[in-house]
Amino acid sequence: MAWKRKDLLSMQGLEAGEIRDMLDTAESMKEIASREIKKVPTLRGKTVVNLFYEASTRTRTSFEIAGKWLSADVINFSASGSSADKGESLLDTAKNIEAMSPDVVVVRHKASGAPALLARNLRCAVVNAGDGAHEHPTQALLDLLTIQEKKGHLEGLNVTIVGDVMHSRVARSAIHGMKTMGMTVTVAGPPTLIPPACQELGVKVSHRLDEAIAHADVIMMLRLQHERMQAGLIPSVREYSRVWGLGLDKLEHCRPDVLIMHPGPVNRGVELSPEVADGPYSVILDQVANGVAVRMAVLYLLAGSKAA
Amino acid sequence: MSLLLRGGRVVDPANGLDAVQDVLIGDGRIARVGPALKAPEGTRVLDVAGKVVCPGFIDIHVHLREPGLEYKETIASGTRAAAAGGFTALACMANTAPVNDNRAVTDYILAKARVEGAVRVYPIGAVTRGLKGETLSEMAELAEGGCVAFSDDGKCVMNAEVYRRAMEYALPFGTPIISHAEDCHLARAGSMNEGLVSTELGLSGQPAAAEDVMVARDILLAELTGAHVHIAHISTAGAVRLVREARARGIRITAEVTPHHLVLSDEAVRDYDPNMKMAPPLRGKRDVEALLEALADGTIECIATDHAPHALSDKEGEFAEAANGVVGLETAVPVLLDRLVRAGRLDLPTLVARFTTGPARLLNLPGGSLAAGAPADITVLDLERSWTVEPGRFLSRSRNTPFGGWTGQGGPVLTLVGGVPALPGRQPLAVPGAGT
Repeated sequence: MAWKRKDLLSMQGLEAGEIRDMLDTAESMKEIASREIKKVPTLRGKTVVNLFYEASTRTRTSFEIAGKWLSADVINFSASGSSADKGESLLDTAKNIEAMSPDVVVVRHKASGAPALLARNLRCAVVNAGDGAHEHPTQALLDLLTIQEKKGHLEGLNVTIVGDVMHSRVARSAIHGMKTMGMTVTVAGPPTLIPPACQELGVKVSHRLDEAIAHADVIMMLRLQHERMQAGLIPSVREYSRVWGLGLDKLEHCRPDVLIMHPGPVNRGVELSPEVADGPYSVILDQVANGVAVRMAVLYLLAGSKAA
Repeated sequence: MSLLLRGGRVVDPANGLDAVQDVLIGDGRIARVGPALKAPEGTRVLDVAGKVVCPGFIDIHVHLREPGLEYKETIASGTRAAAAGGFTALACMANTAPVNDNRAVTDYILAKARVEGAVRVYPIGAVTRGLKGETLSEMAELAEGGCVAFSDDGKCVMNAEVYRRAMEYALPFGTPIISHAEDCHLARAGSMNEGLVSTELGLSGQPAAAEDVMVARDILLAELTGAHVHIAHISTAGAVRLVREARARGIRITAEVTPHHLVLSDEAVRDYDPNMKMAPPLRGKRDVEALLEALADGTIECIATDHAPHALSDKEGEFAEAANGVVGLETAVPVLLDRLVRAGRLDLPTLVARFTTGPARLLNLPGGSLAAGAPADITVLDLERSWTVEPGRFLSRSRNTPFGGWTGQGGPVLTLVGGVPALPGRQPLAVPGAGT
């Protein structure tokens, strides 16, 4: 099926066929990364603006590389050192950027809904590269691509997402994408880090790590922000790490072919022990590599496929 | 100068009247209400057959923004918006700049309203100085100056001891204390209702319990002090239940509900439209049902708009950053006539009562009745009139409505204050020259 949407704002609402289309396109993009000259002319003459209001190394770099390998002109606009520091509103900044005629604006913002606001007001395509605690759709797509590569399929797999689901856009996008692809999702963490009404998203909720990961094909560990302790949601990082951190000992009762994923950056020794992060179960670096392929697919489908 | 409203359906809940009658007005007061009245010599006669004639609607929760925030609203623009929306009187909240926590500000508001106001204006004084929740404002002087109630609305007085003393101190003035019931710790920075929708949108939510615990506290303080405590913009099923129980026990607790909480739920936030953001937030569907039930059975005696004008610059950006509040004066009556009365969810006399006798009783105001001798404050409705909400045509200086683009039937067509059209020439039934 052909991609018809102007923007990519969320996994919620995407149909299985659309996700399938993205993954297939990303699959075909992976070949480019293996070439000696990693450049195709697909998006020559197209402009991609990376509009990042929040610090991000890997996502911004990933979009930048993706754009450059497709021969797009990629401009990075970060909030520091820009007009955003001078009090210009998000909408004003966006309209100014639009006046320079970009084809795609990739936005990362601390406010949930900021990409939707831009999408309503800009004629060009808008890609959500993470908004507040709402969604991070390209992360979910690269997670799905990684799982599919390792497992050969998606439908019927059990995925357990562990940690600060409450504040995680990665978790929300993953939940929607995985449910749509026929996977079973369990979220696990202390009740203070599980969002209200979470079951209504169609996931199982567990407050015991051993129980939650026992039958998992995939375990996705989330990053714990130290702010959560200041907000009174957990008593201490030490206790969190002991109860919810994943070490080799806790993996003993898991499936032998379990995959360990993490959206990064990893708090080593907090949610993941170094042995697990660097161990045989970990596919964390595959996720990063697939991130470039997925973002190439997204840029191509949003900016290139119509013109081509 | 006298005026006869001929042949309308007179709905006057204060006097148990719902019948086709005439209303005769003389010297700014109701002279008589009855069938087929004779018009004295020189009386102007207005045919209102097919229309509904009610006591003037009263909105006891309005932010007029003047003094200090005139870029959002002024006393002139806010009262004209009120008149256009069918209101003949309003009470204005104290969170102006400076705060209405001293007599000089009260005097300023009343002086301005006398000169520029299109409808009657009743100021509400602050409970605490600067709305800081610490020391009592000079309530005796404020009451003398014309404040009809006290409230730190927009903020919750978190210190129960301060609040208890405020309730006691105000007892001799016979003025209610109006509570903005929101536990600021439980509510945290929640920009919408906590639930499935907040989880899906990734917006921080505030639980209904943030309101419920404060309503429970205020009921207990009302019981302790004997004060009349009025809950502003009640929005949760839990708070409704607490108020209903407390009233059954004879505690002097009353409540108002806003039109937006009656017809919208948190589902409306899904587009991150800042015009769906207010405090308290839009709640779940079960809460909306409980509010409507309480409005019908009288647990909630009053509808009030919480008209909170904001300029576009305060309302156009990210949802979490946008200011709280929506305008309501020009949409309240039409939206509720269509979505509640026309939809068969509430009968017309009850709706009229919640806009008239309810608010008048709560704040001890003179209006709300068509009894002979009462001020001739009258709202005339046309239940058939079709409308579309066009924010660009509001008389309010602000456009932050959650109802933009809505269509429906039924609305005010004439607002008389003291027998005189509040907006001569503007309303379909307005009578230029009448009373002048």
